[in-house]
Amino acid sequence: MKSNTEPKIVAFCCNWCSYAGADAAGTSRLQMKPHFRIIRAMCSSRIDPELILDTLKKGAWGVLVAGCHPGDCHYVTGNYRTQTRIFLLKNLLEELGIAPQRVRLEWISANEGGKFQKVVNEFIDEMASLGPLKLNAGHKAKEAS
Amino acid sequence: MKVGVYVCHCGGNISEVVDIKRLTSFAEKQSDVAIVRDNAHMCSDVGRNLVLEDIKKHNLDRIVIAACSPQFHGKTFMDIVEKAGLSPYVFEMANIREQCSWPHFDEPDLATKKAKDLVSVSIAKVKLDESLERKTMPIGKKVLIIGAGIAGIQAALDLGDAGFEVYLVEKEPTIGGKMAKLARTFPTEDCAACILSPKMADVPSNPNITLYTNSEVEKVSGFLGNFEVTINKKPTYVNDNCVACAMCEEKCPVKVPNKFEEGLTNRKAIYMPFEFAVPYRYLIDESICIYLENGKCGNCQKVCPHDAIDFEQKLEKIELKVDTIIVATGYDIFDAKEKKVYGFGTNKNVITSLEMERMIVHEAEGRPTREVGKRIAFIQCVGSRDEQIGNEYCSRICCMYATKLSQLLKRADPKKDVYVFYTDLRAFGKGFEEYYKRAQRTGVKFVRGRVAEVNEDSKTKKVTLKVEDTLARQIIESEFDLVVLSVGMVPGTGTNQAADVLRMTRSPGGFLQEAHPKFKPVDTLTDGVFICGCAQGPKDIPDTVAQASAAAARAIRLMNRGVYAVEPITAVVDEDLCSGCATCVGVCPYDAIKTELKDDKRIAKVNEILCQGCGSCSAACPSGASQQHWFMDNQLRAMVGAALGEEEK
Repeated sequence: MKSNTEPKIVAFCCNWCSYAGADAAGTSRLQMKPHFRIIRAMCSSRIDPELILDTLKKGAWGVLVAGCHPGDCHYVTGNYRTQTRIFLLKNLLEELGIAPQRVRLEWISANEGGKFQKVVNEFIDEMASLGPLKLNAGHKAKEAS
Repeated sequence: MKVGVYVCHCGGNISEVVDIKRLTSFAEKQSDVAIVRDNAHMCSDVGRNLVLEDIKKHNLDRIVIAACSPQFHGKTFMDIVEKAGLSPYVFEMANIREQCSWPHFDEPDLATKKAKDLVSVSIAKVKLDESLERKTMPIGKKVLIIGAGIAGIQAALDLGDAGFEVYLVEKEPTIGGKMAKLARTFPTEDCAACILSPKMADVPSNPNITLYTNSEVEKVSGFLGNFEVTINKKPTYVNDNCVACAMCEEKCPVKVPNKFEEGLTNRKAIYMPFEFAVPYRYLIDESICIYLENGKCGNCQKVCPHDAIDFEQKLEKIELKVDTIIVATGYDIFDAKEKKVYGFGTNKNVITSLEMERMIVHEAEGRPTREVGKRIAFIQCVGSRDEQIGNEYCSRICCMYATKLSQLLKRADPKKDVYVFYTDLRAFGKGFEEYYKRAQRTGVKFVRGRVAEVNEDSKTKKVTLKVEDTLARQIIESEFDLVVLSVGMVPGTGTNQAADVLRMTRSPGGFLQEAHPKFKPVDTLTDGVFICGCAQGPKDIPDTVAQASAAAARAIRLMNRGVYAVEPITAVVDEDLCSGCATCVGVCPYDAIKTELKDDKRIAKVNEILCQGCGSCSAACPSGASQQHWFMDNQLRAMVGAALGEEEK
């Protein structure tokens, strides 16, 4: 993903639900826009806010974090941690002048291939309309309202 | 460092979309990559040997396989890497099938570009992989089986016979499940009670099976080899002295409709569930017993010659430790009242198929419960294949049980007119099609069409059905003495409870989800927890029994050797960086982290047995001291960089 004109999305997916959900979308041949790259972790709670910020800094237009539905986490309570962290991170993004919708949290189960497709396509469209994130050293970004 | 990269064509699944040549020449240019090969089927013997021989011949120390999902063939290739003498964790899979060629086949160019990125993500990670070793843990031979219908009974007997210690928990006062209610079984027309009751009797006589009836699993914690289970054993108010002499029942003044008989007969407040119940012992229905409500009766206690009535019994909590769990919690029948158009519950001559089963049992025993009539209609797919109701699935048993009931009715009186109104007649099992043909020859009329209207004659109470025969293309309006609704299956209350207690994933339709639909049909995503029978999805008795034996075999596979391999992808704390803040302690769902003093410094310590490898603590650690093996901070960052096309540094 070198081009600056096409959206670049990184999707962090938990091994048990959402990565399997992405597989399910593929197995059902549900067509998606290809502008996202999935990185697998065992649980969505492994994805720390710093890593997400680093991902934006490295050029991602948007970051999707996907985990199991509340109550279904393979690690009991991991996704609740994720939920809290993403909520706080979004506040921070706003402070930094970055549109908080650049980070999106979704619950996608192993059988929700259709939901995975819908979320990814929607998110790519949304990021395409936002355009790349412009960070100027020492200055706030100016896209948050 | 020497990385080997192997690209799979997957017999065209990948190579018809992704340009393999461009992908391999891209991989060749990556630093530290020593060998790049492609093959039609990397998972085949030829493909696997390619990896095996290259590792030995070229001293490769890192392997990347670009093929299907790691959830599909990850283990296959890990085993090869291990067989070649390397750690199975110096290996990565780039998922260029499920997550590239399949969802992007419309855009081969962008798919190829994506495949390159995915391969470069895997290379970035594999270079930072540590040589982790698989550890082994001791495991015992105790199994919890939830549900004692035919699935739970079969699994319990298989495991008990094989020498494993079984705890069989059933929420009803007797084992036997739904099968105990059936008159006959299709397509052989064996008497259900005759084939089921010997199996039921084998359960208490098996020395390796401990049976808890009238009991529910309240809580399960822990993991494979270490499950802690709390069981609530509800009081029956009758102790082991009971010899089932029935004197109590005669004197009990309270009568209610008998649920086992689908309300066709009544039972008392003190009752025997049915004539071949196991345990064969009376119990008191606490919701209607007068003595338990106000202390004013106690007839049963007065007449019992064996001192078996014990009103002092209380709910008992039983704590168990088990190594594996089998969920065999079954189904409930669809509540026909939800399908208002058929008038069940308001028309007395509209009944469910299960009522019909019980009517036939009573009829055969010479004590008929109600009039069957001369003209009988079956309505198929009640609560199944019905998007209005929200149940899209086929219940798989209704076509054949309706055929069976039609045969039993015809045999009792060949002059009866029996109609079956169906959506599609599904006779897929062994002997099913032959059975269906036979039923047609006996004069049962199978009509393809969904019933649109059900009207009751206010005087005669006969029921008129209006339906379009979609093969003959004509509207039929016909009067029947009795209409039988072929109700489908829904996930049982026990299945819903088990799903909550064990946090299991559901399939669409609400049944429990298997780990893999083809190759792991009785495993779940939780190690050591298995599913079988109708808890997993609608099925008939032979399929249920086959799955139950499969679940027993899968559980034995884990327990038999006395040890099992655990993944070393646990958390680890860098003691030099750790400040002892204990943030990690609070986020761990398994209580696996404790702080301790080391050289006067407080540090966090991870218990590798308890740690399940979620990585939540690593994300929470403010000083980067907590790391998760195989998902280290530097690895995740390298992967992000590669995914975004960052130049290698």
